[in-house]
Amino acid sequence: MPRVSVQSEDFDLSAEVEALRRADGDVGAVVSFVGTVRDSGGVSEMELEHYPGMTERAIESMIDEAVRRFELRAARVIHRVGKLRPLEQIVLVAVSSRHRGAAFQGCEFLMDYLKTQAPFWKKETTPEGARWVDARVADDEALSRWGIAAGNAGGGKPAR
Amino acid sequence: MKLTIRYFASIREALGSSETLEIGAPATVGDVRERLIASSPAHAEQLARGKALRMALDQELAEDSAPVRDGSVVAFFPPVTGG
Repeated sequence: MPRVSVQSEDFDLSAEVEALRRADGDVGAVVSFVGTVRDSGGVSEMELEHYPGMTERAIESMIDEAVRRFELRAARVIHRVGKLRPLEQIVLVAVSSRHRGAAFQGCEFLMDYLKTQAPFWKKETTPEGARWVDARVADDEALSRWGIAAGNAGGGKPAR
Repeated sequence: MKLTIRYFASIREALGSSETLEIGAPATVGDVRERLIASSPAHAEQLARGKALRMALDQELAEDSAPVRDGSVVAFFPPVTGG
């Protein structure tokens, strides 16, 4: 199974978690995060653009870092692109480890990393028209808690 | 050196998906940005210094100081908003 998928199709959380669980007898914990499109603020549609090739490479290297830091057994990231409707799933991050602490941390780390370093862009359609979503300083701050400077919303140097 | 320049999201809407640029060696990502800024008012607005902008060299996030090579792909895009 690939570690990273960028796709327009929806995903099945149960199937992905089951795959992580069954793949490895040392796994004692699986933590997953699903990001969804809010049904609020008058947004009728959200369109996700990405940089094909770079996106997958960037997430692969984030997973390498997460596995190294938290001794994860495995990780799976699925990010949808194209047009999404309110309440649809956007992103899945699921990780496995021997014990729960590493899985909780590894999942949050990967999500914080992805938010500010993977080349995706959201455009929302509202009654007033379409608009590009602004990057949030709070997302840069979330990554900085792991000792990595995001340099996204706040500008500055890229993460290394 | 011949480079491929790529744009994404709001910058793509303003400048198009891609273009090619001839630039003398040696050159950095910052030099490429300056050349593009000088090429049209639309480029100057989209790639202006001080604007929140991220850059990639051959699909890796890059800074102004990164040296480009013949055939390099340099991308410019707004801050990312996935997840």
